[in-house]
Amino acid sequence: MSEYLILIYESEQAYAEGGEQVYGEVMAAHDRFSHQVPELGGKIVGGKALQPTSTATTVRGDVVTDGPFAETKEALGGYYLVEARDLDHALEIAKLCPARFGGVEVRPLMEFPDE
Amino acid sequence: MTSRDEVSAAVADAHRREWGFVLAATARVAGSLDVAEECVQDAYGAALDAWLRDGVPRSPGAWLTTTARRRALDVLRREQTLRRKLPLLVDTAPDTASADGGVLDRDRAADGADAIPDDRLRLVFTCCHPALSREAQVALTLRLVCGLTTDEIARAFLVPETTMAARVTRAKKKIAAARIPYRVPAEADLPERLDAVLTVVHLVFTTGHVAPTGADLVRPDLVSRAVDLGRVLRTLMPDEGEVTGLLALMLLTDARRDARSGPDGAVVLLEDQDRARWDQAEIAEGLDLVRTAARAAPGRFLVQAAIAAEHARAASYDRTDWTRILRLYDLLLGLWPSPVVALNRSVAVLMVDGPQAALDEVDALERGGRLDGYRYLAATKADLLRRLGRGPESAAAYREAISLTDNAAERRFLEGRLAEVIPR
Repeated sequence: MSEYLILIYESEQAYAEGGEQVYGEVMAAHDRFSHQVPELGGKIVGGKALQPTSTATTVRGDVVTDGPFAETKEALGGYYLVEARDLDHALEIAKLCPARFGGVEVRPLMEFPDE
Repeated sequence: MTSRDEVSAAVADAHRREWGFVLAATARVAGSLDVAEECVQDAYGAALDAWLRDGVPRSPGAWLTTTARRRALDVLRREQTLRRKLPLLVDTAPDTASADGGVLDRDRAADGADAIPDDRLRLVFTCCHPALSREAQVALTLRLVCGLTTDEIARAFLVPETTMAARVTRAKKKIAAARIPYRVPAEADLPERLDAVLTVVHLVFTTGHVAPTGADLVRPDLVSRAVDLGRVLRTLMPDEGEVTGLLALMLLTDARRDARSGPDGAVVLLEDQDRARWDQAEIAEGLDLVRTAARAAPGRFLVQAAIAAEHARAASYDRTDWTRILRLYDLLLGLWPSPVVALNRSVAVLMVDGPQAALDEVDALERGGRLDGYRYLAATKADLLRRLGRGPESAAAYREAISLTDNAAERRFLEGRLAEVIPR
């Protein structure tokens, strides 16, 4: 098994406009996802949701600025760390990951020889 | 005693025919595409001396595979760490779409006593994995399956060699780091994954069929590589209608190669081609393939092959069954709603319903905006306006088409037409 990070990029605006109901639906979808992954033979090792980019602070060298590292329409809003057999398996899992206002990026984790 | 020339020719022939087979079988043992490539390279290098000494083996592919796999095992023994460091993920489950079902024990493989599994399908599907860019898919396929050098691929696609080398290296790194598996996709994913493979082969073909830039209209080297690939795929997946369709399409299109350009290299349109110069062997093979696949579900390559078959069967341009071709284009457009297909369909509309009906459709396509900057849109429009006797508008469209064309032969053709429509 290999580890992959699933990064969830979504429009924050859509969530702001969607209100409580949308938030509830998305939470329920993530709950379903947590059951679907083991059914597919994968494993969720970890995962968290992030506060919106309005709470982000960027540091470059000594300079501290308000806001996210890069201003994009769809921002990183959460992630899952999963175990999968190979990329095809990881993509199968990623297709089920809720991201109705954007999409997800799948990144393999670096493996070091003596770990 | 075999002469050096004969042996060199045998090695070159084996390079062309067997490279993909040898590499695919070696990659399974080597656990790395890079190591496999090196070992296969070495095996071809060793073949010259060995075959001079012992004669050309009855099965050069098996000899090369055994030699390359032995080298791979040596490398693995020397570099014990390699296996642990991101080995190529060889799926040992039986393949759903290939005849090869078994796992080959590594030591038995090294003896070369057993039949060598044909792993080319794994290799092709790995090279054309959707997680790789289309450009990388094409480069990897030509490099690993066809055995072209990076320099040859770079020249074919008109990019600097360093750019192409970086592209290939990046793609191979991604296969290892992202763990793209070395296997034939499951039945459920096959249609989509196969479509990517066929698209890559077709792209190689069309790049050769009408070179995007340069002095010559056709790049025969790329065309024949694409046809070779089409044949390999057909051998490996004889029951896939689209695989058969693509091979038929390429053969029927390439059959017109000699008639497509005049003695001075100028473009000759289908309408004006000397049909006696069409390659009858390719046509016969192509028509036969279309017949074979007649009962398969129609896909975009099969329907395009059926259209090409109508042209191949027709005695002349005027005596072509345009009504049937128009019906086939309607079918194609349903399967593949692409504006380029709609533009090609307008030629059939012209022949069935006349130039005004065709122009109406082309105008609608132009308004749609999805073909902005596509040289054949302007060229088609110019031709229809020319037929309607609207000279000045036709000239403007020809000028636009010329400005969008980098192929010298096509430019000359368009400039000739422009001169005809300019009012004197």
